[in-house]
Order: sequence, then structure tokens, then C-alpha cells
Amino acid sequence: MNLEFTPEEQAFRDEVRAFIAENYPKHLADFGMREDMAREDFVAWHKILGAKGWSVPAWPVEYGGTGWTPTQRYIWSEENARVNALMPLPFGVSMVGPVIYTFGSEEQKARHLPGIRSGEVWWCQGYSEPGAGSDLASLKTTAVRDGDHYVINGQKTWTTLAQHADWGFFLCRTDPTAKQQEGISFILVDMKTPGVEVKPIKLLDGGYEVNETWLTDVRVPVENLVGVENKGWTYAKFLLAHERSGIAGVARSKRGVEKLREIATHETLDGQPLIKDFDFAKKVSQLEIDLAALEITELRTLAGEQAGKGPGPESSILKIKGTEIQQRLTELTLEAVGTYSAPYMGGVSNDNGSNEHPVGPDYAQHAAATYFNMRKTSIYGGSNEIQRNIITKMILGL
Amino acid sequence: MDFNFTEEQGMVRDGLSRLVREQYGFEERRKAIASQAGWRPEVWAQLAELGILGMPFSEADGGFGGGAVDAMVIMEEFGKGLVIEPFLPTVVCAGGFLKHGGTAAQKEEHIGAIVSGAAVFAFAYAEPKGRYDYADLETTAKKDGAGYVLNGHKAVVIGAPWASHLIVTARTGGERRDRSGVSVFVLAKDTPGVTTRDYVTVDGRRASEVYFENVALGADALIGAEGEGLALIELVTDEAIAALCAEACGAMKVAHAMTVEYSRQRKQFGVPIGSFQVLQHRMVDMYTAYEQAVSLTYLATLRLGSDERTRKLAVSAAKVGVGQSARLIGQEAVQIHGGNGVTDEYAIGHYFKRLTIFDSEFGNVDHHLKRHVALS
Repeated sequence: MNLEFTPEEQAFRDEVRAFIAENYPKHLADFGMREDMAREDFVAWHKILGAKGWSVPAWPVEYGGTGWTPTQRYIWSEENARVNALMPLPFGVSMVGPVIYTFGSEEQKARHLPGIRSGEVWWCQGYSEPGAGSDLASLKTTAVRDGDHYVINGQKTWTTLAQHADWGFFLCRTDPTAKQQEGISFILVDMKTPGVEVKPIKLLDGGYEVNETWLTDVRVPVENLVGVENKGWTYAKFLLAHERSGIAGVARSKRGVEKLREIATHETLDGQPLIKDFDFAKKVSQLEIDLAALEITELRTLAGEQAGKGPGPESSILKIKGTEIQQRLTELTLEAVGTYSAPYMGGVSNDNGSNEHPVGPDYAQHAAATYFNMRKTSIYGGSNEIQRNIITKMILGL
Repeated sequence: MDFNFTEEQGMVRDGLSRLVREQYGFEERRKAIASQAGWRPEVWAQLAELGILGMPFSEADGGFGGGAVDAMVIMEEFGKGLVIEPFLPTVVCAGGFLKHGGTAAQKEEHIGAIVSGAAVFAFAYAEPKGRYDYADLETTAKKDGAGYVLNGHKAVVIGAPWASHLIVTARTGGERRDRSGVSVFVLAKDTPGVTTRDYVTVDGRRASEVYFENVALGADALIGAEGEGLALIELVTDEAIAALCAEACGAMKVAHAMTVEYSRQRKQFGVPIGSFQVLQHRMVDMYTAYEQAVSLTYLATLRLGSDERTRKLAVSAAKVGVGQSARLIGQEAVQIHGGNGVTDEYAIGHYFKRLTIFDSEFGNVDHHLKRHVALS
């Protein structure tokens, strides 16, 4: 047992660090996640990584994965977090991609995997509905077979960044008479199909990150069904486990703590840097300690994966603790900027049509917006309460 | 980076697990605690025979070449069975001082005796007014010819009633709380002038108040350099904290499993109480707290050999995180056991007691959060 990198791993770290320094788009440096960005900004790094063959490290090598060890993947995410790189969005890479290469047909793999790898095709996720949130299996959107097509009708919601999407993966009810979980199918939908309508939802931070997606008599060829009809719930659960393993966001939170410390050296309290205030410093240390624990927990999970255990219910711990830490981090950042948390300069963007510099220090600009935005993390991906239900069933056996 | 245990560590774990399971049942432990001796010397002899007492010493020092990870494996198994025998003060603490600071003669004299089970040590560092500051010492060792004269009072010296030897910290110079002027001594407990008041601890162990009245020590009693013992004490107590965290992890694992099992058996309103979501989620939070504690214990253990700042940050992180997990799991386990949780009859209350006292050993959550802040 040890935490040291081997000489090969150190060489790997140097290689990826140099690659990132040389190739990461300069105009997106230390940019963070901003939902109002242009599509080309979102996919810029994805496309560069696709060309390099590094866009889907966790995939099996035969589908374009890098074959990196868990330690190498850890190094990769650490190095990207160092520059706060805007990573490929998860909808293709971490969600539908693994479902397609695991359960999809050869035609589906050939058609869809290259676009996911390269970043050319933008995917969105059609899961939640107005009446089906945590109780996802109660979803009502229907897909009715009509010759060589399914005809889809229903309403999806919280469809993240669907405004840019080329394709979506949708859970639809194909057998209304079966028990809830047994009548659901996993269907790929071209978002340009007539009858698909995307309406943005404005969020607390002023941004438009999620949408309502309406499906009215949308005709989808039957070859877009993934796997077996009515087995979609199995694939959905598989996908959720994948989604959770990346959700801890450890490397990014570590970078966030560094930034927080930086902010707290500039902010003052009683004429001293805020970070010298014990009450505040204690909260930062406590956050770092919890994050250190999570980092090792994630590494233990990765090591288990390497030993042949797939991402199991333990990944629910990563989701719960990871999102709690992300939220506390944004909360402490909000506290750190003090009174300058209040000014609202037109949402997450400072570019609201004027060239005037926003009030307050630069690091305060997005503190409140980010804090508001990150409340989503304990709600999405299976709310943290649902994660507790999963652990109850799968690990505690209750 | 590697999170696997060696085959040998796996064997140690299996052997100890069997010993604890077969010979350290709750009733046997209860009997030992209530006995005159208060512990089980025959178990100690068995641990020696199994090589457990020699595991973390190098082969050159007469041990079996293990290290901190081996101590972690051993302490975790002890935690599962609430084993009271003094492995930590003898092997981890005294062994640590001898390994890192002992002269060839001191190693020769004591390590073999520890490995064989012949010598049992207690570590007398705490004082009535010193709290968790190892340098806040009223105990003095005044130079007297080539040797020293020791005077003072050490508090809650765990395992002292069973010990043949003591490791004692004392001030040889400087002012109270100065970093310099602290020294470490090794002596036989029956050295003239050493008296003890022995008692039982709430978590079933034995401890003593130890008094030193003009205790004459030879120059060879000094471990490490005179007046420069604090760095050594910090190193050894960091090792002790990592081991103690492993013990707490073992106890938390069992406390959690017992609680889940109890919630399956116990029926109210016609159903097992484990079917209530409000209890399920609390048991999930206990489980998560346990897993996070295990991770911090690994981190502390694997950082013991790092540079001083990295080591201290990792160890303090562990003592904070494991301390918080231990508090949560202990209290929740009792709550979910209901009235049975507060009886002496049920094992869970005894796990709660051990997990409670854990926090006060080698610095509590507040103390280590402060140290973490100071180093950040």
C-alpha cells in the first residue's frame, strides 16, 4: 500500500501537463463552467482531445479508450483541474456512450461513437418529467410502435443544454400495461426531428442551463431503440452508476479550495487577511479534511474498478460527499467575498451589453451565481436522498 | 499508487480476526475487565507467539520487518473486538521511541523483550494541566551527575497497571510550553520513587496516575538528545494516532453492522424499524462516515514517512475526521438501539464508550483542527 507515483506515472504526468499547457485554448484558460457560453467554446477542448485520442479515457480501448490505469486517470483529472479546464460534457462521453458500447447494436456503435469521441455531436438526456423526478420510473412519455417507427409523445424537463443538442437519449414507456420499471425503453432521438421542441428555463443564477423538451408525434426509426424493448430501466440504472463515479469532482474542488484561500488572503477582517481569522480558517480546514477523505475514497473505488469491480453502489457515496463539498465550497466562497456577493450584473455573464467594468473585485463576480447554481448538484443525477435509498438497499441490505 | 494489502498482511488479518472471534467474545472480555488483573496475559502471550508484537519492527531490530500498514491492519482487528491489551502503548509508542530514538543498547535491551511479550510498556505523557500540548510539562528531570532526577505527576497513563516499563516525557530545560527542553526517558516501573494509583477506565481498560518522587535515572535512560525530544514525541504520537484511527475504524465497522442488524430484528408498529426511511438514511450517513474515516486512516498511515508538514497535516486530518465519524456513529448506534443501547448488557454501548474516549487520546477534534489550520 502506498500513495507514491511510480517513475512511469511521473513521466505520464509530465506528458499530459505539457500537452495541456501547449494545447488548451488560451481564451478559455481558468474559465470555469459558464452556461451562457457559445457552443464552440463548450466543445473546443473536447475536439482537441478527440483528435489526440484522449476524449474518452474511461472507455474500453476497442471503442477509443486510452487504456489508462485508474492512477493515470486520476493524474489526468488533476492536471486538467490545475488549469480549470472546461472538460468534455458528460452527456455523450460518460452517459450515452457507455450505454451504446455496452448494450447498443453494431450499427449504433458505428454511427454514434465516433461523434461522441470527436465532440462533433452534442447529446442531451431526456429522463426527468414534470411528474417524474426522483420517482423516475413513473415517467409518462410514450413511444408507440407504428410500422418501422416509434411515435413519441410527452414532456421531458431539466434537459441540460438541450438548446445545443444534436441528439438526445430518451426514456419512454413502450408497455403501459407492465409494472412501472418493466415497460420502459431507451431510445435515441435526432433533436431535429419534427415535433421536438426545446424551451429554456431560467434559473436562479440568471442563466439558461436547462430546458423543457416537448415531444409531439415525434417519429423515430425503430433502429434507434437501444438494446431490448422494455429493458430501458436496466440501461438507465447502468448509466446512473457511470454518471455518479465522475460526479465527485475531487480535483476541481481541490482547485476551488486553493482559489478560496487566495480570495481569503485578499479579503480583510479587522485589518487582517480573512484567512488569518480562526473561525473562517477552521471552516476551510474542515472542508479540506473532508475533501482529502473523499479523494482517498474515490481512489479506493477506482482501485476496486481496476481489480474488476464495476462502479457499484459505493459510487453513491462519491455523489453525496462530492456534491456536499462542492456546495460548501461555493458557500464559503460566497461568505469570503462578503458584501460584494450582492451586486447582480445581469446574470452569470458580465457582458450584458455594456463595456462598464462590474463593481467589486473580479473574484466576487460569480460567487453568488455559482453558489445558487451549485444547489442543483445535490438534486440532479439522482438526488442525494435517492442515493441514500440506493445505499440502503444495495449495501445495507435493508 | 496502490491500495492493496500484501499477502502477509492478509494472513495477519485473518489470523487476528480468528483469534478475536474465537477467544475474544463479548462475555470473555467482560470477565477479563472485571477480573483482578483487568486484562488477559494469556492473550498477550498468544499475540507474541503469532508474531503480532514483533510485526512493526525491522528484522535488524529483532522484529518481522513490517511497518505502519501492518500496525494499521492489527489495530483495526483489535478495534473490531474491543481488545483492551496494550498493543498501542507497548508496540506502537514505546516501540516507536526505541526505533526512532533509541541507542543500540536500548534497542537491544527492550525490543526483544517487547517482541517476546516479556516487557509491557505504558507511555506517560499527559499531565493534569497539560491538556494535549506535549511541551506543557510540569514534570522535570534535573541533571544530577551523569544522570537525572525525575519529579512530577503523569495523568491517565493507559495500561500502566499492566506495565513493566514506562516511557516518560519531562522537562530538562527551558520554560513550560517551550518547544525546546523536552526529553524522553525509559525506565522500569519498579524504579524506586515511582508510585501509581491504578483505576479502571470507562472503556474497560486500566490506567494509572503515575507519581515520580526524586526518581534517580542513569544517563542511559534518556532516549534521543537531551532537550530535543519534542520532534520525536510528535513523530511517535503521529504514528500512534494513525494506529488509533485504525482501531476506531474497526470499532465503527462493527458498531454500524450491529446497528443495521438490530434494525432488521427489532419490530415496532408491526414492522422492522430498519424499514423506516428516517432510520435508513441515518444508517447510510453512518456508513458514509465510516468509509471516509477509513480513507483518512489510510492517508495518515501512508503519510507517516513523508516530510514533517505533510505528515502532520494528514495525521491531524485523520484525527479530526475519524473523531467526528466516531462521535456520529457511536451516538447514532445507541439511538437506533433505543433503550437497549444504554444498557450495560448490550455490546453496542461498549463500542460507544470506546469510540467516545478515542477523541480524547493524543488530541481531540478541536486540537487537531487547530493544528491543521496552523499548518495550512
